[in-house]
Amino acid sequence: MENMVNVFLMGKKYEVPSNLTIMGAMEYAGYQLVRGCGCRNGFCGACATIYRIKGESELKACLACQTKVEDNMYVATLPFFPLEKKIYDMEKIKPTEQIMMQLYPEIYSCIGCNACTKACTQGLNVMQYIAYAQRGDYEACAEESFDCVMCGVCSSRCPAGISHPQVALLARRLNGKYLAPKSEHLEDRVREIKNGTFEELLEGLMGKPISEMKELYNNREIEK
Amino acid sequence: MYTEQMLESMKKVAANREANAALEPRRMTAEEKEALLAKFHPDYKQDEFAILSVGGNKGEKVPTELRALLEAKSRINPADIDLSKADYETDVLIIGGGGAGASAAIEADEAGAKTMIVTKLRIGDANTMMAEGGIQAADKPNDSPAIHYLDAFGGGHFAAKPELLYKLVTEAPEAIQWLNDLGVEFDKMPDGTMVTTHGGGTSRKRMHAAKDYSGAEIMRTLRDEVLNRGIPVIDFTAAVELILDENGNCAGAVLMNMETNELLIAKAKTVILATGGAGRLHYQGFPTSNHYGATADGLVLGYRAGAKLLYADTLQYHPTGAAYPEQIFGALVTEKVRSIGAKLVNSDGEVFMHPLETRDVSAASIIRECQERGKGIETSDGQGIWLDTPMIELKNGEGTIEKRIPAMLRMFGKYGIDIRKEPILIYPTLHYQNGGLDIDADCMTKVENLFAAGEVVGGIHGRNRLMGNSLLDIIVFGRDAGKAAAEKAKSVNVGKLTLAHVDAFAAECEAAGIVGDTVSPKLLPTYTHGNPKFEAK
Ligand SMILES: Cc1cc2nc3c(=O)[nH]c(=O)nc-3n(C[C@H](O)[C@H](O)[C@H](O)COP(=O)(O)OP(=O)(O)OC[C@H]3O[C@@H](n4cnc5c(N)ncnc54)[C@H](O)[C@@H]3O)c2cc1C
Ligand code: FES
Repeated sequence: MENMVNVFLMGKKYEVPSNLTIMGAMEYAGYQLVRGCGCRNGFCGACATIYRIKGESELKACLACQTKVEDNMYVATLPFFPLEKKIYDMEKIKPTEQIMMQLYPEIYSCIGCNACTKACTQGLNVMQYIAYAQRGDYEACAEESFDCVMCGVCSSRCPAGISHPQVALLARRLNGKYLAPKSEHLEDRVREIKNGTFEELLEGLMGKPISEMKELYNNREIEK
Repeated sequence: MYTEQMLESMKKVAANREANAALEPRRMTAEEKEALLAKFHPDYKQDEFAILSVGGNKGEKVPTELRALLEAKSRINPADIDLSKADYETDVLIIGGGGAGASAAIEADEAGAKTMIVTKLRIGDANTMMAEGGIQAADKPNDSPAIHYLDAFGGGHFAAKPELLYKLVTEAPEAIQWLNDLGVEFDKMPDGTMVTTHGGGTSRKRMHAAKDYSGAEIMRTLRDEVLNRGIPVIDFTAAVELILDENGNCAGAVLMNMETNELLIAKAKTVILATGGAGRLHYQGFPTSNHYGATADGLVLGYRAGAKLLYADTLQYHPTGAAYPEQIFGALVTEKVRSIGAKLVNSDGEVFMHPLETRDVSAASIIRECQERGKGIETSDGQGIWLDTPMIELKNGEGTIEKRIPAMLRMFGKYGIDIRKEPILIYPTLHYQNGGLDIDADCMTKVENLFAAGEVVGGIHGRNRLMGNSLLDIIVFGRDAGKAAAEKAKSVNVGKLTLAHVDAFAAECEAAGIVGDTVSPKLLPTYTHGNPKFEAK
């Protein structure tokens, strides 16, 4: 017989196998999930969940698809969290310090409580990336926040009302578009294609009989 | 975390690591590959397929599970639906909020069309969000779209539609540029040169990546752009049937609110299906790497409305799904792990194949190693083969794993496995739908004004897809479909709406003697994880 544990889903007790994730436990209990389940593998942030082990004071946050159940776990899902997303035109904004001040001024009200970092389901240093954003260091903010799945748990714990994932997303877009170095070989290739440089070569290939294509394919040179 | 038996085998892997890392295993010959596939690839198991008895592909074989859905009953009774009052009216209706749908929406909006997205879960809860490894484009000086063409054409068993593949490879560099200009962060060297690697079956290093969050980085950027443009996105709203007009042109969809089950009518001048893949149908009982909503809905919707399928009998089983621990059974271990140096090793610590054969060949080879040669490692869900991750840092130095594949480090780290020090166990997982709706070079299906883009399409890759060509195809064809649908919408006059095709299809099924209560599209899978209370039913 499998090892069973007691979990309390939204306060209601269920007995479930101990090897299941929280998401699996909900399904075992009979839930047909609609909300709170997207990728099922830690990439989409749909399954933000908070829990407390009975008798402990600490409130923990996690992704339900990535976390095993524990005995006496009190689980509440966070099916939606109202993050504040500002509207901007990427072609018009520039990677200056002012842009954060304009769009997300609340980041300057951070009181340094570090609740965001403690809550992050990805183990990111959220408060640090907000500090980078405050300083207009978008490259550092982008790097520090890169693995964010935008589950919103950080924001749910923030006394200053910051929407951290949105701030980080803006920083990454600014970095990707304006700050990271341009790829010359990419621009060259796009130009060559527009000029029809490969046209003849490709049409030649497309016109070949399959037998010849097989020959070419099986004997093609492979870069080491 | 590992069992005794696993630890025993792991010792052999560690003992051979240095020698294995230095090894350059030979690649299989064309004949060896053919024999291997025929014997061990799931696509070649005839009894797992069934012949369609109705519709445009009548007489052709598809996976048994797919046939059941294609020939199932509609979720609606057309007689109950009032098509005279539309809840939404738009020029371009996009069904599916993944990468293809979002790209299409941005371009349709850019072209001035009134555009909206409906999607089953939230926008971005999609296979696109999960792509780890990267996206191909021939943008390096030693590479060219022609070499890319040859790699993809051969990798897909010479079955791709040339006019589609031509677009894929020639529009690839521009797709990367478009993404970069939207703010997608690609891995670059300090001078701006893209960091590119091999993928299975590539002859040049043309895999661009954003660490191992490539799809997430692309998807969250596209989603942000869709929102910035104010394009309406209706979440938790699935298309359950397409609507045609009296002239037989596609003109909208019947939608269902996933939370309230309310039915809604969307009327449109053109429609783009971008509903993605089918992993959650668990063909042949395989686990899957796909998101929760990957249930082949687009194939069902399109087929009932008269679109045709192409290569719907070919699926991609990714060679390296997680085989252990059981909580992540089937989850993807990106091919990039092999691209940057890890090799496949059997229970005796032997490297048994080149790590970067095409996916179908790799998957079949792993299955053979376990089933025929008995060199797999037993797990709670079956068997697995080692993927020797510590080899990566042996070759490329400490810190490589954290920098290049942080998602993998985290995924296994949560279960106490440090992939920098210990190898991991993998086995093939259902990953990608190679086939799908047949489209022309303008992304239109056989149904006028019904476009399709992304994984729901078949024919771009032929009968197997190379890593990195799917993220590419959703951008290239997503954008093209958006432009084409917006352009077409300008000249469309929608006639009287009808669901007569739904009744006609049902009649055809009845005439063919199909019985049963299955309804489709499936929308979501149901899991009960062996709970005896539910299993009994
Ligand atoms: C784990 C994983 C890793 C991958 N890695 C790579 C990689 O490294 N490189 C690469 O090139 N490719 C990769 N792929 C493949 C690639 O990511 C997908 O094929 C591609 O992203 C599909 O995009 P899409 O927009 O067509 O579909 P999706 O991104 O899946 O989007 C489809 C959307 O439609 C919605 N939908 C479905 N049915 C309905 C309905 N009835 N009504 C309304 N909405 C509906 C879905 O919920 C979803 O939001 C990977 C795939 C997976 C699963
Ligand atoms: S379901 Fe996507 S992160 Fe859990």
